[in-house]
Amino acid sequence: MVSGTATGGQLDRRAVVARLVRDRGQAAVVAGLGSPTWDLAAAGDHERNFCMWGGMGSALTIGLGLALAQPSLPVLVITGDGEMLMGMGSLATAGAKAPANLAVVVCDNERFGETGMQKSHTAYGLDLPAVAAASGFAWSETVRDEAGLEALCGRIYAGGGCGFASVKIAPVDLPRVMPEKDGALIKDRVRRSIAGNEG
Amino acid sequence: MNAPQEAAAKATPWQHAIHAHLVAAGIAQVGYVPDAGHTGLINLCEADNAIEATVLTTEEEGIGLLAGAWLGGQRGALLMQSSGVGNCLNMLAFAQHCRFPMLILVTMRGEWEEFNPWQEPMGRASGPALSLMGVAVRRTDDPEALPGLVGEALAETFARELPSAVLIGQKLIGAKKW
Repeated sequence: MVSGTATGGQLDRRAVVARLVRDRGQAAVVAGLGSPTWDLAAAGDHERNFCMWGGMGSALTIGLGLALAQPSLPVLVITGDGEMLMGMGSLATAGAKAPANLAVVVCDNERFGETGMQKSHTAYGLDLPAVAAASGFAWSETVRDEAGLEALCGRIYAGGGCGFASVKIAPVDLPRVMPEKDGALIKDRVRRSIAGNEG
Repeated sequence: MNAPQEAAAKATPWQHAIHAHLVAAGIAQVGYVPDAGHTGLINLCEADNAIEATVLTTEEEGIGLLAGAWLGGQRGALLMQSSGVGNCLNMLAFAQHCRFPMLILVTMRGEWEEFNPWQEPMGRASGPALSLMGVAVRRTDDPEALPGLVGEALAETFARELPSAVLIGQKLIGAKKW
């Protein structure tokens, strides 16, 4: 028997991610593996996109290390509920540091979308923004509609502290839009754009 | 004593020597899951204003953290005990595919005078597991040789752009005291 207390989402994930990055300027964006990587690719190429094809559960810690290294650079992590759930401890780790230039957006369809749309823990009522708030994030919220998305985009780039949002999206399986696949190439491009040849 | 003085007073000579190598190599971020054998070095890193030290809930977070640091132009080191190596394998695959450099310092359990048999299997497997994942591995039980190996591993990881590890033998650290 399958039970669930969550209400699901309606927002279109591709439109959400396109809106999230529309006004990014030179912000760095880390996309968690699976659909967020296809979503970010669909929104257009950018030399500061770190689109992940592996390392499930680590999108947030990558964003954290980058945000700590470059405190004046806005860093946005866009990932899925399944990817975030695999790195639940990283919410504690990021919350302990809470860099003001780091924001996390979970595109939450309450499903493991890449593997057959099995229900994830958020479908059973797990409240990721509550976990982020309890972990030390400066702000956290759940977004369910266009107005909420507009407000969220304002907050992300306003420098209002380390933030977290769960954006409730519709559980649909869209065609893949694939970015560059070579991890070393992706890494070097992002790093050279941000830090030149430092390090 | 202030915090840096206290950290300096409590650290062993080999921990001071490793810290000096980290500073000389320009290590700006250190991630760690606490281990008794790393206590002195963790305290030195926490007390060093040039190093951002981050406590982790599990060791694999450190691979991500230091990958992010590298994307931002910084060098990093990860401190763990041998049981933590087992938590890192998929992220080591990530680090290898993307060619992220980092120094991994592992304090060994499950060997010399170990009182806890549950530590033995992962301790025995730590070196081979790291090698299997493409990490260059050094190990020693000699406190005199250790700093030199750390220096070699630092030079190597940033030259290869792949992780390098140094395993610090339990005999060097001393058996865990209870």
